[in-house]
Amino acid sequence: MQKYAPWKFWLIVTVFVAAVMGAAPNVITVPSWWPASFSKPLNLGLDLKGGIHLVVDVDIEKVVAQQVSDNINVIRRTLREAKIRYRKLDSNDTQVSVVLKNPEDADKAARLLKKTLFGYEMNQPEEGQLVFTISEREAKEIRSYAIEQTIEVIRRRVDALGTTEPVIMRQGDRRVLVQIPGYEDSARAKSIIGQTAQLEFKLVDEKGDLEAALAGRIPPGDMIAYFEDGRPILLKKRTELSGKDVAMARITIDPQSNQPAVSLKFNNQGARKFDRLTKENVKKRFAILLEGVVQSAPVIQERISGGTAQITGAFTTQEAQALAIVLRAGALPAPIKVVEERSIGPSLGQDSIDQGLNSIIYGFIAVLVFMLVYYRMFGLFANIALAFNIILIAAAMSMIGATLTLPGIAGIVLTIGMAVDANVLIFERIREELNNGKTPLAAIDGGYNKAFSTIMDANVTTLIAAIVLFQFGSGPIKGFAVTLSVGILASMFTAIVVTRAMTYLAYRKKKKLKSLSI
Amino acid sequence: MQLIRSDININFLEKRKIALAISAVMLVASLALIGFKGLNLGIDFTGGTLVEVRFHQQVSIADIRRAIAPEGYEKAVIQEFGSPKEILIRVQNREDIESSVISTAILDALTNAFGADQVEMRRVEFVGPQVGEELKTAGMMAVFYTLIGILIYVMVRFKLRFALGADAAILHDIIIVVGVFSLLGLEFSLSVVAALLTVLGYSLNDTIVVFDRIRENFEANKKKKNPLDEVTVCNQSINQTLARTLMTSVTTLLVVFSLYFLGGEVIHNFAFALLVGIAVGTYSSIFIATPIMLSLEGKFEMSEEELKELEARP
Repeated sequence: MQKYAPWKFWLIVTVFVAAVMGAAPNVITVPSWWPASFSKPLNLGLDLKGGIHLVVDVDIEKVVAQQVSDNINVIRRTLREAKIRYRKLDSNDTQVSVVLKNPEDADKAARLLKKTLFGYEMNQPEEGQLVFTISEREAKEIRSYAIEQTIEVIRRRVDALGTTEPVIMRQGDRRVLVQIPGYEDSARAKSIIGQTAQLEFKLVDEKGDLEAALAGRIPPGDMIAYFEDGRPILLKKRTELSGKDVAMARITIDPQSNQPAVSLKFNNQGARKFDRLTKENVKKRFAILLEGVVQSAPVIQERISGGTAQITGAFTTQEAQALAIVLRAGALPAPIKVVEERSIGPSLGQDSIDQGLNSIIYGFIAVLVFMLVYYRMFGLFANIALAFNIILIAAAMSMIGATLTLPGIAGIVLTIGMAVDANVLIFERIREELNNGKTPLAAIDGGYNKAFSTIMDANVTTLIAAIVLFQFGSGPIKGFAVTLSVGILASMFTAIVVTRAMTYLAYRKKKKLKSLSI
Repeated sequence: MQLIRSDININFLEKRKIALAISAVMLVASLALIGFKGLNLGIDFTGGTLVEVRFHQQVSIADIRRAIAPEGYEKAVIQEFGSPKEILIRVQNREDIESSVISTAILDALTNAFGADQVEMRRVEFVGPQVGEELKTAGMMAVFYTLIGILIYVMVRFKLRFALGADAAILHDIIIVVGVFSLLGLEFSLSVVAALLTVLGYSLNDTIVVFDRIRENFEANKKKKNPLDEVTVCNQSINQTLARTLMTSVTTLLVVFSLYFLGGEVIHNFAFALLVGIAVGTYSSIFIATPIMLSLEGKFEMSEEELKELEARP
């Protein structure tokens, strides 16, 4: 019999000890001296422990368009300071354009504006007209920043739900993945995550003619807004204060109506603005808008310099609470939309774990019995290797921090079936060698040697499929690909190296062996 | 124990014309089914909302339909899922409302009708229309890239005609499994695509084992004084690996059966695709991959005479 290198035994022993240590946290509570990298139990996927999985789409183009149109103010101010007069100032999603009154001013204006409009490309399609187009690089930066900010805001909002270990990360160009394990109330999660929370304070135009405005003659600088019940009101377009000025928001009870309300505390800048607003507009009304809808339009009784305000409206306690959370967490830079949801209730998760474990156990037992009956002694070798294989998979997945999903369990079950394939290949080959008249020991050597390249080719091709699956799959499918890959690698080790060591130990001294129990 | 006698010698390749004819019929039938009857695509691909609820007392499907009808979901697909108390409700995306809140509306309607303590949310899945399209593309790309990857690997390790034989067998298996799903009207979801890719890996595994033996025997054959013809060598190889092919199918089927019967409703279709796929995959590595490989003999490589002729040239 070919000699079996001693280092391979040591390798097997080392891997075995490491595997048992790595898999242990899944079964028992490990003592504190246990090495840290071996102490993590398997990560269960949301489909097993229950929870909410959302993918939201961020309307980043809107942010870009907003930034572009904000430059109208920049241009207006710059030109006013330089005393350059213009006829028209306009913007669309990617461009701002200005038409100057005197085309002679074009050079001067271009020079000044180029300095302020950083990241824009300028051209002059006509005499006296300047068009600034946002550069792709600048737009990209804005988009990227918008996504980061969205993630930040969503994280603060999810944290306010009081859950543990939520996952919030970027997915692709304009999407954010939100996972909240162990949380059930998908409706509440969606409403808290999805609110843009655009809070605006605007003055009411008391002198404007609402009737005429509704007929289409809106006074310049004004806009029509509506209350929740559909009543119209004429407002000044200019936003006096916004969500950015809010430092703190919490739910209170409005003393007048006994209704839930949200009290606001402004930050320094906001307090100053609110102070000036109330000082200059005593006895006038201002409107509080949320997502563009007027919540209330109270009359300013006196100057308020304490930096606090209250939003009243027809809120339920829950709505008021949700509003306080989103105002505290800050506004989203862009509207977002849920484009995918996969939420699992806790009972289904537990059922999936139970059923998954059941199918692993029964599948495992069936294979063990079959192998033992069919290959006897060698079947036993294969079975020990298979048990080793399962421990190894559990350990490897725990240690690399992979997530076990329901399809992942299916992957393990399948691995059990396919892991014995390598042994079947070897054992059938040994039988063949025996039939060809080789001695038992030579047959073992021949079987292992000849089957090796076949096992290699067969497993590498399966690995290719698993890797592609990982690349293209989403969520649960990725989990399946991971267990399948780990399973293939582990099975090659156990089925080839480990069983070989066992046969060597069992037969190395039996030079006169007449037959094999195979 | 030994179920396959070691001196077994079935002339598989003699019957290859019959096998190819059977496969051709199955392929045409599958493609016709997929083309005309189509697939029962799950919300992963069509977009839409799926709500799985468990009632603590049995509730009739008609009552459920009545409960959600006022919300505008009278056309919802409502079915039992594993047990009469577990109900699956599927609705399409709608233009008029934000689709992600449909599940909330349905759950609210159910709680209002049957009481909050009666209804338990088991699962909510929502896929927006755009995401559905993306998943469809990603699924097809996955199958495509796997085929390419395998073609390259087998070509490097063997020869082009082996690679083409292997790919033909895989394509054969995938089309037939998809055809069976169309025939039975089973839901075709993302996890079924994962099962298809697994079948692909399995079928290939099987094919490679046979090819490996063929290559080994080809080499041994070349050294013989009176070399046998390719068909005979291939047939020998298939017979030599037959025991292994069947044993592995049995062990794999054992666990997939366990998955199918015990794994729960959620992975039922996944396990079913594996069951069909493993059966077809075992068949195809014997009756499709090798015959195709044989029929491509001399198409991509030069024969011995041609090689000699080439060397003889000045």
